[in-house]
Amino acid sequence: MKQLTLIALLLGALTIASCKREQRVFDPGSSGTQVPNGVALNEVHAGGPVSVSDESPYGQSAYAVGEGKRLFSAFNCAGCHNHGGGGIGPALMDAKWIYGSHPDQIYSSIVQGRPNGMPSFAGKIPDYQVWELVAYVRSLSGQLPSDVAPGRSDEIQVKKAEQAKKKEHPPDENPQKIEKGQP
Amino acid sequence: MILAAVPGFSGNQTSLNPVGPAAGHIESEFALIFWITLAIYCIVLLTFVVYVVRRRHSLNLMPEPLQTTPESDRRAQRWVGGAMVVTTLLLFTMMIGSFVSGHALGSMNRETAYTIDVYGHQWWWEVHYPNDEPDKVVVTANEIHVPVGVPLRIHGTSRDVIHSFWAPNVQGKRDLLPGYGTDVMMQVDQPGRWRGQCAEYCGEQHAHMSFYMVAEAGPQFKQWLDQQAQSSVAPSNPQTTRGQQVFLSHACVMCHTIRGTPAGSRVGPDLTHLASRSTIAAGVLPNTIGNLGGWILNAQSIKPGCRMPPNHMTGTELQDLLAYLETLK
Repeated sequence: MKQLTLIALLLGALTIASCKREQRVFDPGSSGTQVPNGVALNEVHAGGPVSVSDESPYGQSAYAVGEGKRLFSAFNCAGCHNHGGGGIGPALMDAKWIYGSHPDQIYSSIVQGRPNGMPSFAGKIPDYQVWELVAYVRSLSGQLPSDVAPGRSDEIQVKKAEQAKKKEHPPDENPQKIEKGQP
Repeated sequence: MILAAVPGFSGNQTSLNPVGPAAGHIESEFALIFWITLAIYCIVLLTFVVYVVRRRHSLNLMPEPLQTTPESDRRAQRWVGGAMVVTTLLLFTMMIGSFVSGHALGSMNRETAYTIDVYGHQWWWEVHYPNDEPDKVVVTANEIHVPVGVPLRIHGTSRDVIHSFWAPNVQGKRDLLPGYGTDVMMQVDQPGRWRGQCAEYCGEQHAHMSFYMVAEAGPQFKQWLDQQAQSSVAPSNPQTTRGQQVFLSHACVMCHTIRGTPAGSRVGPDLTHLASRSTIAAGVLPNTIGNLGGWILNAQSIKPGCRMPPNHMTGTELQDLLAYLETLK
């Protein structure tokens, strides 16, 4: 009987632990669904600080990452980056990052565009879908936990699933904290 | 066919009102099984009631032990044997009827049948009318116009998960599997709008994945097809010109096609002749300017989980966009 209670408790704890993984937010609300001007290049803003959207829920939700994977094909990211291996554009499944490996840096690359071919998608992709793409792009090099990363592909399997990808370690993985002293 | 004589079965989404030979075969087989099982059901219940009524005086007493004589044994044997023979015959009748219907459905294939391609999506239907000349290929969504009295071949497949194509007035169900094409033959003999529905659970909005088969006389169908093969109407006034710019500079262009403009993505439905369709969102809402506005601003409040994202735009931008979309006849 004791064992049964223990198992029930463990199962209950498991369901709580997996809550975020299965969280599906269909309606992100009207505010912040669109990117009017892309990402600001300076921390100082006229008229007060802008609201910063939060990427963390997307990197923890298997649904969001799955949506990112779907959009990666739908918006033809695969046309240049292939399914992570690169081609016209750089590979996304290795440890090399020209413009940084952090979620907000990847977000900026998508929204602002980058020299030599990466178009700017500002205003074309709703904010939350950019974050879904960011989460999926990070899963390509194994940056997401394996219970969140996609486990299978719709296209012909040419590489291991994102879930089984060994984690790459980009050089900027652990940046030194910049101490903000008094001027 | 017998059941069709019973009044009261009308409607545009029921297999009891067949409008083509395929649904007719299915309906007559259904009627055969229905009438046989109904008769057996009534006979069994009637027998039960008769014997309860006949022995009602002994209900409160101790049950009498069954007394048998050689005579009563023989009678019981004859009754049970007779019922067994009748049961076997009726089961065979239903089975042979099923074979006959199945054979009739299977032999509907005609090389000359008019082919329409149907693709199931989460959660809408993409419809192609193939043509040897690429500029005459027609692409539309959720409304399948068909000529009356012409054998049709629906070539179906899925773009994501398993769906099932079902217009009950016209034909039985056919599963559409990703990566596998399947042909189903049908014919519509009666002009009208026959509603269909996805019949295989395919995700959150499975219940809101419907379509209409619009059956028209040959000349009208030809006229519709020629009109649909045209490019979209070019904007003719400042407001619709601005509307087109809104379409091309917002998220719309990432997923939708409007032939005749740079928008050419195949993720969502083709909107080249959006205003000629009677519903939006796969039969969920009538295609009115108000519904379309609400759908563009926040489709997630109408069909949660669907692939259309909420779109933030100013009132003027929305009005211009709607004015442009309304011209896409």
